[in-house]
Amino acid sequence: MPVTTIAGADVTVDEEGFMTEYDEWSEDIATELASNIGIELGETHWQVIKFLREDYKEQGETPMLRRVSNVGGVSTKELFQLFPKKPAKKMSYVAGVPKPHGCV
Amino acid sequence: MKRLLVLGAGTAGTMVANKLRPLLDEREWKITLVDQNETHYYQPGFLFLPFGGYKREELEKPKRRFVPAGVELMMAEIDLVEPESNVVKLTDGTELPYDYLIIATGTHPTPAETPGLGEDKWYESIFDFYTIDGAEALAEKFETWEGGKLVVNIIEMPIKCPVAPLEFVFLADAFFAERGMRDVVKIEYVTPLPGAFTKPVAAKYLGDMLDDRKISLESDFFLERVDTDDNKLVSYDEREVEYDLLVTIPVNMGAEYIGRSGLGDELRHVPVDKGNFLSTKHDNIFALGDAAALPTSKAGSVAHFAVDIFTENFMDHIHGRPMREEFDGHANCFIESGRGKGMLIDFNYDTEPLPGKYPLPGVGPFSLLQETEANHWGKLMFKWVYWNVLLEGRAMPIPALMSMAGKIREEVR
Repeated sequence: MPVTTIAGADVTVDEEGFMTEYDEWSEDIATELASNIGIELGETHWQVIKFLREDYKEQGETPMLRRVSNVGGVSTKELFQLFPKKPAKKMSYVAGVPKPHGCV
Repeated sequence: MKRLLVLGAGTAGTMVANKLRPLLDEREWKITLVDQNETHYYQPGFLFLPFGGYKREELEKPKRRFVPAGVELMMAEIDLVEPESNVVKLTDGTELPYDYLIIATGTHPTPAETPGLGEDKWYESIFDFYTIDGAEALAEKFETWEGGKLVVNIIEMPIKCPVAPLEFVFLADAFFAERGMRDVVKIEYVTPLPGAFTKPVAAKYLGDMLDDRKISLESDFFLERVDTDDNKLVSYDEREVEYDLLVTIPVNMGAEYIGRSGLGDELRHVPVDKGNFLSTKHDNIFALGDAAALPTSKAGSVAHFAVDIFTENFMDHIHGRPMREEFDGHANCFIESGRGKGMLIDFNYDTEPLPGKYPLPGVGPFSLLQETEANHWGKLMFKWVYWNVLLEGRAMPIPALMSMAGKIREEVR
């Protein structure tokens, strides 16, 4: 896996630029990852990111939009406003957790 | 006397009862199968029904026929599972205690999850084809439809048989061409996925097939509601797609009792270990087939491979030994592409569908990710195999775990 520098830290990423090491993540890294995809993080963004990280740690997998909405308390509609076009992919990218399973 | 309780006498439940009965001593083990419907449908056949390919009678058989001697079948509705006391409650008040429980009640299209579906225009201008009633109603609609814009929409993944919506548009293209009205039918495929399919190699092949057939693709479309007054789909990010005839694949959810019993995820699918199907919460509960929350296709082929692995593991588990077999998520699906041809894909948790030959490397007779007549005949033949070999748990001449032999690695740029 390639290692790159984000917000002054060495970070392991996959070929799509998704972080692969949960513990390498920091809030500064998240801010930079978000700005890479044109997003400035506000309060609700952070709520989503924190839910994603906690839920991933507990469940061992990245929650789908439905779970972020039902359990994390941010509606799907809002998620599309916060992370336009591809919320599932974008929010996991910023939160440093794997892309949710593209269930075949 | 110990009791193994199997909920659901569909593909997975029937197979597992057939496999386990000869292995569990009848003096020691009672096996009870619970289901609420008498009829077993050959679900892969639903796809062909709207295009006049099958009639209802050809796709149904009594479930009882596939229940082996020595297995008790109860026709009843399940109310609740109480994992703490190892009891299943039926809606008629009966309580069924169990030592081991296998949940195999599948997943079901749930139109009520989406505003606009299952309401006033249901089976008038909006149809599903994953139910026998929906598929039949659509066949009737197609008989007199004069053309316009046909939209096929997947609302949310996962769905069972995830290639069927693509097969549906391929078959629709061929069907309307044959009727000499393809020029008055526009076909659009609207999906929440980033492309025609999830995995890159197959998505490229299948995307090209959509292009060849002049079927337009609207991707990353996450449906919020269907506006049945103005005949349009509205996404969460406020994109709109108009239709004259909508064929929807509603949100798929597990049985309601799973939700009530606290055993499911948001979609009422049961979280299990993806290698051995043991519930992540309870050491004597397993979930098999579509009912399980697994990162692979919800399909009969997966259930079949999974049950092979499960049987050996279950014998280990009840004797207190560690479960030695590990399921790899193996799935294979024929993809009907219209005009007498079909494709085949074979894949697992880690390996995406790749081109090649199957099951014999270099020989076939089936070709992976390629349209051939042999694949089409394989798909049709499978109905016989399903009723006569698969459900009764007889041995199939293909291994349960996926093999790389015969597959060709390919990079997509």
